[in-house]
Amino acid sequence: MAPIHLKPVADDGARTVTDADLHAFVDGQLPPARRDEVEAFLATRPAVLRQVENWRAQNQAIRRLLDPVLDEPVPPHLAQAAVARSWPWRGMAAGLALMLLGAGSAWWARGVVDRDALQLASKPATVVASASPPPLRTSQADGLSAFAQRAAVAHAVYSPEVRRPVEVGADQEQALVTWLTRRMDATVPVRPPDLRSLGYSLIGGRLLPGEKKPVAQFMFDGESGQRLTLYVSREDAGNETSFRFGRDGAVNVFYWVDKDFGYAISAGADRDELLRVSQAVYDQLSPR
Amino acid sequence: MRARYEALIVACIPSLRRYARGLVSDPARADDLVQDTLERAWSRFSLWQRRGDMRAWMFGIMHNHFVVGVRAGKRHLEDSAGDDLPEVSQRGTQSDLIEVGDLDRALQSLPVQQREVLLLVAVEELSYADAAVVLGVPVGTVMSRLARARERLRETLQGAVPAQAAPPISRIK
Repeated sequence: MAPIHLKPVADDGARTVTDADLHAFVDGQLPPARRDEVEAFLATRPAVLRQVENWRAQNQAIRRLLDPVLDEPVPPHLAQAAVARSWPWRGMAAGLALMLLGAGSAWWARGVVDRDALQLASKPATVVASASPPPLRTSQADGLSAFAQRAAVAHAVYSPEVRRPVEVGADQEQALVTWLTRRMDATVPVRPPDLRSLGYSLIGGRLLPGEKKPVAQFMFDGESGQRLTLYVSREDAGNETSFRFGRDGAVNVFYWVDKDFGYAISAGADRDELLRVSQAVYDQLSPR
Repeated sequence: MRARYEALIVACIPSLRRYARGLVSDPARADDLVQDTLERAWSRFSLWQRRGDMRAWMFGIMHNHFVVGVRAGKRHLEDSAGDDLPEVSQRGTQSDLIEVGDLDRALQSLPVQQREVLLLVAVEELSYADAAVVLGVPVGTVMSRLARARERLRETLQGAVPAQAAPPISRIK
């Protein structure tokens, strides 16, 4: 096969423009300086310019043809295929314990530790290295159920994350919902509420280990940059409760349980703001 | 941290579906290809080892599976893999406006290897170097396939069929 990409299109004295340059120009793969040179070259070569414009039109047309696929709902069997066959549940729990040891070290220092996380962290010997904190006595923040406590811990661990606050972003919301619903083995979709009217935009979500089953965390960005998380669990489903408010350090938590899910909303925001958000979430997500 | 990897894989699905749709056109067959790719991704997961972009790695798995499928004549993928001339409506005057139906047919009429390169570069916006890794060929080969794909697509869409027609037999077989 002839190396056609090396064939010079024209030689303008000092600089030679090759076919490869022209393709890279169309595909946006040239460094800025070279791009400018190719642009100047094309300005004097109408025939070559037409070819380049045809290639560019091809790119745009192919994207127009195929981009709509991105907006189609992901078929459930595909989301299922993305789930590991034999999920090593203990491995994932150990993963969270590791994360708590790293990112959440402040939590250990404060002595506010989810009992389950403590058990998980102390079980696998390989996870708890010599640098691990001394065993701590379980203590719970005032008025928080174990479920709300886990939500507060998860909020404190993930909401400061800059690089990876979520596992699946809001741009993949459909895939996120399909995946979480499947992983949590829920009969109704596990979907995030739309809080834009309250000034909170969805960043995305992640799957976390709960006490016995996986739980979901959705994260939202407020207008002034403060983050809010919604923790959704199936573990207490059916034990319906009214709204409850609790606080753990700097994190305020509103939580309630309905027939399908338990919900906990955590933020640094004050109680009134959190109640406003909770009301909206309740209106959108709880079955009538 | 498997939950994170699982999430990374889920996040790739829309992109994989788009790429597969460009490869085989038929939505059901394209999704079959995605499903096979996802299942292979898990069985080969230890090979990924967090090297580079997850999406590119998945494209590579799909490529291997797709090419094997084409070679073995499985799933009837070969019918779009040949080098034979496409049946396209002959448009008298070409314009910059490319009809979607024509384009889909023209794309499917490209040899598989050219179609893969064009999709990875034009739609998935991989660099030539990344596309070369995905397809397991040198960058020079990526460039020449890209050039051929574009030239052929231009000819097809303009109805300007080249004189030297290849025999209508799959070259890959």
